[in-house]
Amino acid sequence: MSEFFILSAIKAAGVAFVLLTTLAYLQWVERKVIAHIQGRLGPHRVGPHGLLQPLADVIKLITKEDLMPPQANRFVFLLAPFLAVSMALLAFAVIPFGGQIELFGRTTWLQLADLNIGVLFILAAGSMGVYGIALAGWASNNKYSLLGGLRSSAQMISYELPLVLAVVSPLLLANTLSLREITLAQAGFYFGFLPRWHIFQAPLPQILSFLIFLIAAFAETNRVPFDLPEAENELVAGFHTEYSSMKFASFFMAEYANMITACSLTTVLFLGGWQAPVPAPLAGYLPSALFFLAGAVALSHGLRPARRFDRITLPVAALFFFGVAAALLVPGARPFHSLFWFAAKTGLLLFVFIWVRGTLPRFRYDQLMHFAWKALFPVAIVNLLATGLAAALT
Amino acid sequence: MDVVLFLVFAAIAVVCAISVVVQTHPIFSALSLIGVMGSLAVLYLMLGAEFIAAAQVIVYAGAIMVLFVFVIMLLNAGSEPPRGRSLVAQVLGFPLLVALLGALAYGVGRVLPESPAVVFGGFRGGGPREIGLALFTDYLLPFEIISVLVLIAILGAVVLARKELP
Repeated sequence: MSEFFILSAIKAAGVAFVLLTTLAYLQWVERKVIAHIQGRLGPHRVGPHGLLQPLADVIKLITKEDLMPPQANRFVFLLAPFLAVSMALLAFAVIPFGGQIELFGRTTWLQLADLNIGVLFILAAGSMGVYGIALAGWASNNKYSLLGGLRSSAQMISYELPLVLAVVSPLLLANTLSLREITLAQAGFYFGFLPRWHIFQAPLPQILSFLIFLIAAFAETNRVPFDLPEAENELVAGFHTEYSSMKFASFFMAEYANMITACSLTTVLFLGGWQAPVPAPLAGYLPSALFFLAGAVALSHGLRPARRFDRITLPVAALFFFGVAAALLVPGARPFHSLFWFAAKTGLLLFVFIWVRGTLPRFRYDQLMHFAWKALFPVAIVNLLATGLAAALT
Repeated sequence: MDVVLFLVFAAIAVVCAISVVVQTHPIFSALSLIGVMGSLAVLYLMLGAEFIAAAQVIVYAGAIMVLFVFVIMLLNAGSEPPRGRSLVAQVLGFPLLVALLGALAYGVGRVLPESPAVVFGGFRGGGPREIGLALFTDYLLPFEIISVLVLIAILGAVVLARKELP
């Protein structure tokens, strides 16, 4: 029993460390990608290629003055960021991010907890996270904050319906609510090459559920084009106008953690979780090949440097990629391939989130509500009925 | 361990329930109600009814209470000053409360049959599969009737919210 606790504590610490580091660096990636979309360089002063920028940001946020609006409700004002960030981090506890590995001589799954209601747990944590934003808007005693909080809670309630309806389709196909079993149900290949992921399954290849889920996830995480709660040209900064220092950072972390959870959940429900996208003999070499390719690209850019320090930094990056490629070929590293595939798929989805932010303008508020109730919701219901019928017939 | 957790969350539930009534500001009453529902969900979870616990959090603490909080925020309701209570309420209130609770406890003890002690995690019908089977076999008719009732409520809401035609 105590072994179970110790193992769980080690896994929890590892996941917390990786998750928080990813949170910080996702911000760096986002700024870089957006900058390149807009023809800029992005952060590049702090460390090589701005790689130490997240650290600088953390120091800046911690040392900022922590303001409390004089008329604000103190208790709720402090409770709101705590709720937002804790619920956002909590949801990740049930995500399976890899297969079985050996840890200190015992086999364990790369997952913190496999609940038989895993999907519901994430939905519950998400619905509690709404309070963080709504209460922050109310407690700030500021009209912009209040409007931002109201908009956000109305938007999240509206988009929760198509989101849940889209989640039900893969659940019907996998016949379980446990995220690990959903991943395991997607193992194998059609015709020897097409993975049996839910997105490729009949009826109407589930791509429709996938798209509905993704759109609703954009709205649930308050991302562009659904970032009405913090529309700066109408609402200053929306619900977090009055927040500063670490309390502001908590909302920031919550948003990025929600984004990571949404992408992980999409991966698990539709893209086969940590299952490899190609059949067995090839799957063993593909991660190494991808890392090798990344290393080659970095090396070729390093040999024709565009900036002064590129001749040093890019070969170092290439060496790192080659090292990872070689390490993944070692037979003992085979269990970590599942981790690689999960991270790759989630990373791809995160890139889509950032790409959309760099591309699309913001909805108007009435358009947002019309889209949820008059377009997305009926389509989600029809899709669910079709999936249910097909699942009942097969 | 189980008993300690039960006592902690039962105490939180009771304290929050009293706080719902005592608070003067509606938003604190709503927050207390969320606390009650959250601790009830934990109690369900400890008994082994995972699905009901999740549904409690998603439906009650999540969806319904968000609407409450939303409306309170929208109306920007302030705290209500406590009004003076009548002499009858001041004198008879507490004894009557005790009498009512005593009568309730006595009645429950008389009417309900003797049952074995509750075992934490001993309940084996709380998974999604068992609940689904029960709903769609034994309790199909009540389930369908409730669905129709909810449909009527939705239609009523649409009729009430419709714009007045000239």
